[in-house]
Amino acid sequence: MSKYLVDKFLFTIDRDPELVERYREQPRETVEWWEAERANAVLNCHAGEASTWLRFTEEERDALANHDHVALFALGAHPFLTLTLFIAMFERDHGPLEYQKAFGARLAHFQMPYPDIAT
Amino acid sequence: MATVVAVIASTHHPFYYRASTATGEDRPPFADEWVRKITGFRETLTRARPDVLVMVGSDHFHQLWLDNMPQFLVGKAPFYDANWYNEEREFGLPKMLLKGQEDLSAHILRAGLDEGFDLAFSNELRIDHSVTCPIITLRPEADLPIVPIYTNIFAPPLPQPKRFVQLGQAIREIVESWPSHLRVAIIGTGHLSLELGGPRQFGPHGPDPEFDRKAVEWIATGDLDRCLAEVTLDSLHSPGNATHGFMDFMLMMGVAGAGRKADYVDSLDLFHTMEAYFTWYPNGVPTA
Repeated sequence: MSKYLVDKFLFTIDRDPELVERYREQPRETVEWWEAERANAVLNCHAGEASTWLRFTEEERDALANHDHVALFALGAHPFLTLTLFIAMFERDHGPLEYQKAFGARLAHFQMPYPDIAT
Repeated sequence: MATVVAVIASTHHPFYYRASTATGEDRPPFADEWVRKITGFRETLTRARPDVLVMVGSDHFHQLWLDNMPQFLVGKAPFYDANWYNEEREFGLPKMLLKGQEDLSAHILRAGLDEGFDLAFSNELRIDHSVTCPIITLRPEADLPIVPIYTNIFAPPLPQPKRFVQLGQAIREIVESWPSHLRVAIIGTGHLSLELGGPRQFGPHGPDPEFDRKAVEWIATGDLDRCLAEVTLDSLHSPGNATHGFMDFMLMMGVAGAGRKADYVDSLDLFHTMEAYFTWYPNGVPTA
């Protein structure tokens, strides 16, 4: 399991307006490109340094490639990161707060305790 | 020595800026009451006539990330740029630039380390809405120098609730030992019950009104004993998955002092989460 890497994907896509649009329009292509080119970048470090060992599990890759925020919640992705990015991608297609409420409703089957988000 | 002229604890609601500045059809029905409440709350800071603001908040995965996550961090810089692209995008928050008070930052870092808090520091910190929301509500002129203090309420493993209280108590003593004639207000923001990205988010009220009622009572009466007896890292999951932000309120109860009743208490039951506003005057209520 690479919960940290799923969070890193959500975090780095969310902070880049072009990547937000790219992920909205071409999710699987964006996930595969990101895993190949960006997953191992050490963020708080000068450019050029990289890790060598980070990759998604199949389940994680599919959850991201399918925009499946319910699966991401089940995997323990940080819900603040998921929510923020998904609002950026999909709120525009809905009325005020409609998307946020539907997002919550799709998670209604989860009981306490929620999946662990510790990385 | 410096004087702590006000201790203020508040929720930080990123929707306030947009709600309060919207007009016509865009203005939500609750905006007028919210602005009225905030205007009264703002007056509690204004009458304390502060020169410097110590601002306690929590980065929401903006500058602080999982590859290098401090538990408690003090900014020490001459300036702080503020608000991030995704806060502009989602909440309409403006970009801001705040001045820093580096002498007080250095004093808090040195004294904090000497008292057993292994504080991280940052000389280039872009702050987010946990600090700018209270600037917008309490000091919209954004004209006073600040010392930002960030806590980790967001990325487990988190420090224990009692550690937040202890840090608050230490911050109060440290500020009062700062060799300066300046008047300092200590302001911190957190959450009552809150759910983000989970099934209970964006309901008609906060996810746990009973927790909110108890929490407001603990804060208003300074009841740290009961608060610490009931609140644990585990227990905070049940009022809502983002409720660990309540530990910033506990830190502020530590700043205000155990058993110290707040001089000003107000709240507003909004959709999604309850707003709550508290002010203590350590040296008595200032005359207008």
